[in-house]
Amino acid sequence: MKLKLRVWRQPSAATEGKLVDYEIEGVSQDSSFLEMMDVLNEKLIHEGEDPVAFDHDCREGICGMCSMVINGIAHGPKAAVTTCELYMREFNDGDTIVVEPWRAAAFPPIKDLVVNRTALDHIIQAGGYVSVRTGSAPDANNIPIPKDDAEISMDAAACIGCGACVAACPNSSAMLFTAAKVSHLAMLPQGKVERYDRAVLMVNQMDAEGFGGCTNIGECEAVCPKEISLDFIGRLNRELIAGTFKAAGNR
Amino acid sequence: MTTQESSDSKFEVKLGSTKLDSRVPDGPLAEKWDKARFANKLVNPANKRKFDVIVVGSGLAGASAAATMAELGYNVHCFFYQDSPRRAHSVAAQGGINAAKDYQNDGDSIFRLFYDTIKGGDYRSREANTYRLAQVSNNIIDQCVAQGVPFAREYGGTLANRSFGGAQVSRTFYARGQTGQQLLLGAYQALSRQVQAGKVKLYPRSEMLDLVLIDGRARGIVVRNMISGQLQGYAADAVVLATGGYGNVFYLSTNAKGCNVTASWRAYKRGAFFANPCYTQIHPTCIPPAGEHQSKLTLMSESLRNDGRIWVPRKPGDDRPAKDIPESERWYYLEEKYPAFGNLVPRDIASRAAKNVVDAGHGIGPLHNGVYLDFEEAIGRLGKKVITERYGNLFEMYKNITGENPYEVPMRIYPASHYTMGGLWVDYNLMSTIPGLFVIGEANFSDHGANRLGASALMQGLADGYFVISYSMGNYLGGTKLEKVTPTDPAFTEVKREVQARVDKLLSIQGDRTPTEFHRELGKIMWDYVSMARNEAGLKKAITKIAALREEFWEDVKVPGSGDDFNQSLELAGRVADFLELGQLMALDALDRNESCGAHYREEYQTEDGEAKRDDEHYAYVAAWEYAGDDSQPLLNKEPLVFENVKLTQRSYK
Ligand SMILES: Cc1cc2nc3c(=O)[nH]c(=O)nc-3n(C[C@H](O)[C@H](O)[C@H](O)COP(=O)(O)OP(=O)(O)OC[C@H]3O[C@@H](n4cnc5c(N)ncnc54)[C@H](O)[C@@H]3O)c2cc1C
Ligand code: SF4
Ligand code: FES
Repeated sequence: MKLKLRVWRQPSAATEGKLVDYEIEGVSQDSSFLEMMDVLNEKLIHEGEDPVAFDHDCREGICGMCSMVINGIAHGPKAAVTTCELYMREFNDGDTIVVEPWRAAAFPPIKDLVVNRTALDHIIQAGGYVSVRTGSAPDANNIPIPKDDAEISMDAAACIGCGACVAACPNSSAMLFTAAKVSHLAMLPQGKVERYDRAVLMVNQMDAEGFGGCTNIGECEAVCPKEISLDFIGRLNRELIAGTFKAAGNR
Repeated sequence: MTTQESSDSKFEVKLGSTKLDSRVPDGPLAEKWDKARFANKLVNPANKRKFDVIVVGSGLAGASAAATMAELGYNVHCFFYQDSPRRAHSVAAQGGINAAKDYQNDGDSIFRLFYDTIKGGDYRSREANTYRLAQVSNNIIDQCVAQGVPFAREYGGTLANRSFGGAQVSRTFYARGQTGQQLLLGAYQALSRQVQAGKVKLYPRSEMLDLVLIDGRARGIVVRNMISGQLQGYAADAVVLATGGYGNVFYLSTNAKGCNVTASWRAYKRGAFFANPCYTQIHPTCIPPAGEHQSKLTLMSESLRNDGRIWVPRKPGDDRPAKDIPESERWYYLEEKYPAFGNLVPRDIASRAAKNVVDAGHGIGPLHNGVYLDFEEAIGRLGKKVITERYGNLFEMYKNITGENPYEVPMRIYPASHYTMGGLWVDYNLMSTIPGLFVIGEANFSDHGANRLGASALMQGLADGYFVISYSMGNYLGGTKLEKVTPTDPAFTEVKREVQARVDKLLSIQGDRTPTEFHRELGKIMWDYVSMARNEAGLKKAITKIAALREEFWEDVKVPGSGDDFNQSLELAGRVADFLELGQLMALDALDRNESCGAHYREEYQTEDGEAKRDDEHYAYVAAWEYAGDDSQPLLNKEPLVFENVKLTQRSYK
């Protein structure tokens, strides 16, 4: 197939960016979106131009590294996939495709399509864990966990931390991401001990990082490659209310 | 010198003079680890905070090691090339993690897990290390559950298990098809807790480009900040490499695109021996390449072999759709050849069998480059719901990539480079031949011999990181007198200068071919001559071809941009340069090992029915290669393998 690409180019955080037009030919329908970008980059290198910088690693939808807004949608037009799992058979010969980075105040630009998402790590560092030392765990089967609880916990734990939810949210809120972690742990007996502290501390950190508040728009769920459900935001809010009531989070 | 002579000298193997000390404690196998722990020196709790430890890598091995050492009080500095520790390649592991819990009451035990691992590795690993791995496997599961890893459960609330290739018991724990992700998140969260506590400092988007030695000890690293391009030295009391495997030497592999050998290779060139580089695992169940554009291959978890049946048409060149081929014309070649293990034979055997049938013209799919993995029978037996529960996300992934629905048509699979058993040589304490340099996880060579069993890499990474390295570290730091060093020490300045010169050189060539083009060509050589089946002529050809490609690389590579910028082409060029050198060593190692064992299959050495034929008399050793300069052949040092607890037998999965 033959395609027109409009790609966001920005040499560095300190410089202005703009959309630049490229044309490429001979793209296979069976190639992935990133393989199409590879073809573009190889061409640019041969022409003596700077290739487009973009984040990627696993190329199978699990590391959360890839991050492109494609035709205005985070991770592109196909539901429930990451950018690297998007295949060119979703597009038509002759299409124009606009490729932009995640945009959010909490994700400062680095270069071209690459942004800094360390703020998401800071939210986890604020309390997204169970405080257990290596070596002090009881036998794994000591605490039975109802299968259904484990399944719901796993649904939430499937979040890959890509930040598409933030990129899609008009408020640039990281609520879905935060809710996923709070819910994953709150569903399990091991995580219940610290549940209220965790919810309060993580949400405080989310605010401190410059992410916006949640106004229940639901764009996050629509773009989430792992189909993390909005229900988890409800769960987070309940944890948060209980936590605030208990004056939790004063560690 | 004529070309003939110069290439002949490339096949020559010279022996080194180092006597490798594995530091395995004496005494009965089951007591060695206890003995070692008791004999180890300890660092008093108040003194631990006086020590700085560098951990390179944030995968299962690196994250668990960094978190655990920080909990103990050491100041840990953790470096990785992604933007977050949670993205390390371990995240991609799908199938599961082994442990000898025997929750299924099906006859498992520590000794059986040990035995299966040694046998699966075709008797080319160290007994004591492998036994310790089996011993701590149970603690790993306990630890992960306590952290909130949402493993699959039975209706009664206890943990569920599945079976995996190379074992007749059900000992694999899993979290849907995302076991690696969930284990890594557990370790990442433990790490995050220590970051919050101020005990770990994270260095994202940082690539280690060299190791710094002072007085013969590892005292720091030189790192390139991948955003600013700046080179910076970091000093510490010890360095731990947890940088993963080198499967990307094949260009197409199931590894993440960034996986590289650079950290290990730089350490090799500074004096760490590289062990068994030719032991690389080709995974039997990956989606076959779809064309030239292919940039990586996707693994379909081996757990699929539990319920999927592998077959090809009996008649070569049979192009009918699978559903039109009657049962009697389907060749379930694994079930036929290996009735006891069937589709669950170890990976090396399954991969080679697939290659054999495809080479014989039975290959299926548009490019005739695959075999079927069929779920029709399992769906009939268990129902679609159960299959969805077990493999739902894998089926989705397959459908998304190929456009075919595996609930309706069988999957197409073919082997691909997946895991590397070889790696930096380490002793029982996981220390390399450079004092103060420890190597953990896939980056070391230690536990899997010539072939790794499924679900055992996650186990090893976490065993090393949670349960072994902290003891070794205490022993080393408690027993060594170390002067404080800083990155202003001349040793750092010198290494930084060398790294800078290399970066400048890569940028200055401005030839005609991109780093990717070189990588692809190297991968093709490796796949053709140094993968599933090898022979003397092919290996010699590979060595000669790689040497030529390497020369060409340094004359004709084209790296755009500058060094003081975010420059992904430059990163790749540096990695490809190292892969080119490694590829040559892999072929040399394979050439020198005149036997077949596990994943190292030399066509000249096979049993009557085509299985790997070991030569225990001459090759029951670890081949540890010592760097001797860019223009000299590396030196081969041998660590003899002694088996006191298992009897060496011809592996049989019939
Ligand atoms: C698709 C797939 C599925 C798998 N499934 C299973 C399974 O089901 N069960 C199982 O047991 N095993 C499985 N494996 C194998 C297993 O996942 C790996 O062997 C294991 O996770 C490796 O962990 P590690 O911590 O050693 O390294 P990695 O997880 O590879 O981590 C390497 C780390 O080092 C860093 N790094 C690398 N180079 C540098 C450098 N030069 N400078 C700075 N940092 C660097 C990276 O940033 C990363 O943080 C699978 C592997 C693949 C590819
Ligand atoms: S919630 Fe979904 S979109 Fe947001 S970070 Fe997690 S996986 Fe990505
Ligand atoms: S590259 Fe890993 S999720 Fe896309």
